[in-house]
Amino acid sequence: MVTLFTGLVFAVVWAAVTGSLSPLNLVLGFLLGLIALWIIRRDFAGTRTVVRPFKLLSLLVLFVKELALSAWRVAVLVASPKMDLRPGIFAYPLKVDRDIEITLLANLITLTPGTLSVDVSEDRRFLYVHALDCSDPAAAKQDIATGFERKILEALR
Amino acid sequence: MAVVLALVVAVMLIGGGIFTLLAAVGVVRLPDVYTRMHAASKAGTVGSGLMLVAAGLHAGEFAVLARAFAGFFFFVLTAPVAAHLVAKAAHHAGYRLSRGATCDDMRDHTKK
Repeated sequence: MVTLFTGLVFAVVWAAVTGSLSPLNLVLGFLLGLIALWIIRRDFAGTRTVVRPFKLLSLLVLFVKELALSAWRVAVLVASPKMDLRPGIFAYPLKVDRDIEITLLANLITLTPGTLSVDVSEDRRFLYVHALDCSDPAAAKQDIATGFERKILEALR
Repeated sequence: MAVVLALVVAVMLIGGGIFTLLAAVGVVRLPDVYTRMHAASKAGTVGSGLMLVAAGLHAGEFAVLARAFAGFFFFVLTAPVAAHLVAKAAHHAGYRLSRGATCDDMRDHTKK
C-alpha cells in the first residue's frame, strides 16, 4: 500500500520533470518508480514512518520562512563594511535518533540563519553545529530544540 | 496581467542575481572555510532558486515551471549536504576556526 502510494508520488514527480502529463508518461513514471523502490527495498525494510501531512506542511512553512531570513542575514552581513563575527562550533544534544530525522534536522539547520551542520558524533548523540554567532550557544540550542526538532518529532512520529 | 507577471519576474531575477553576487562576495570576504560555507549554502540557494522560478514563470508553461521547481527542490536537497561535507572534511584535516572563535566543542569531544 505504502509502496503503491510512493509509486504514485514518483509518477507525478516524473511527469513534472519530463514535462508531460500524458497518461502514458504517467504510467511509465509509475513503473520506473516501482523499479527504483525495488532496487532500494533492503534499505527501508522494517522502517515504519508515520507522516502527519499538516504538521509536515507547518514544518515546510517554517523552513521557507527561515530560509528567506537566513539568506537575508548572510547577504546583509557580507555587504556590511565591518563584519562582526563570533564564530564557533557547538555540540547539540540530539533528541531525534533515526537516520531520516537526523538527516532532515541537519539539512534544515544548514539552511537556517547563522548555523551550519558539520558532523554527527559517532554515537549519534550530538550534532556539531557551526554558528556565525556563537556568543550564546545555550540560546542557539534552545532555538533548534523548540523549533525544527520539535516540529520534526511532531511530523514524523 | 502580463505587466504584473513581467514585474514579478524582473524583481525575482534581480533579487536572485543580487543574492548570488553577495554569496560570491561572502566566499571571498569571510575569514575561514566554515563561515564561507554559510554564504555559499544559504545565499547561493536562495539566489539560484529565485532565478530558476523566475525563468519558469516567464516561460508560462507548466512543463518549464515544474522543472524549475524540481531544480530548486534538488538544490535545497543537495546544497546543505555539500556544505556539510566540505566543513566536515576541513575539520577532519585539522583546519582551525578563524581567530575570534568562541568555542569548538567538536575538537574538545574528539580529543577525549
